Amino acid sequence: MNALHLYDRPAVYLVLAAFLLAAGIYGLLRRRTFIGMLISGELIFSAAALNVLTLNRFVAPDPAAGQIFVLFIIGLAAAEVAITLSIIIAVYRNYRSIHSKELAELKG
Amino acid sequence: MIPGSDLLLAGIFGVIVALTVGGALVAVLATRIIRGVCGLALCALGLAGLYYFLHSPFLALMEILIYVGAVCVTIIFGVMLTEPDEPAPAGSRGREVLWGGIALLIAAVIFGGVARLSLTARWPAAPAAPADGSIEAIGVSLLTTYSLPFELISLVLLVAILGALVIARAGRGKG
Repeated sequence: MNALHLYDRPAVYLVLAAFLLAAGIYGLLRRRTFIGMLISGELIFSAAALNVLTLNRFVAPDPAAGQIFVLFIIGLAAAEVAITLSIIIAVYRNYRSIHSKELAELKG
Repeated sequence: MIPGSDLLLAGIFGVIVALTVGGALVAVLATRIIRGVCGLALCALGLAGLYYFLHSPFLALMEILIYVGAVCVTIIFGVMLTEPDEPAPAGSRGREVLWGGIALLIAAVIFGGVARLSLTARWPAAPAAPADGSIEAIGVSLLTTYSLPFELISLVLLVAILGALVIARAGRGKG
């Protein structure tokens, strides 16, 4: 296996998925607005999907199972984005801000 | 096989990996959120290419359709309706650097740990003859083996849409 056939080795994809996961977690920790945190969460979803698909391609016997699993991950991510954005808009309407620091007070 | 096609394939793969990594970095590090959304779109394009290299052209199409076409556009709507730019750091500069360093450390530890795990793990050997992951196979399994999860995910999407509408409408006054 030379360097030209990197795309046939699972390690490349797995390390890439680990990088996406780490980038997403760094963004979740550092972003101070909800939309930034939402984008970082999407990166984590993508890391999970890439991981599943890689192991499905190189290890698992049934190629359709992993693809359907990833399809479900993408669908759930889309549903999550819709709900999160509507919550963000509702919060912005009440507080005139979506900075996570200013929304720290609880009621009740 | 055409001579030189190996080189071409490796070049395309390199471009796709660079697109994914660069998109993820832009998505996380950009100060303007709208650039972060563009980074997410670039990252999704790179991921679609990776899916294609993993013998799943259908998923590559879906990734572009859903992430670039739906998720990023929806987030851009959210950006237009709110003021999402990063506020100026409130604390002193030293504390900012300290917290940034801690977050970077956590991310680096996670990356190092997971990458080391996946590089040193002994995966079972690949199946002898990989079956086709064609669209026909996916469709047949969706309608036979995975028909219940398929129905459930459509229910989840329906509930999500209704819930999003209800939540976004709730605080809206008459005027």
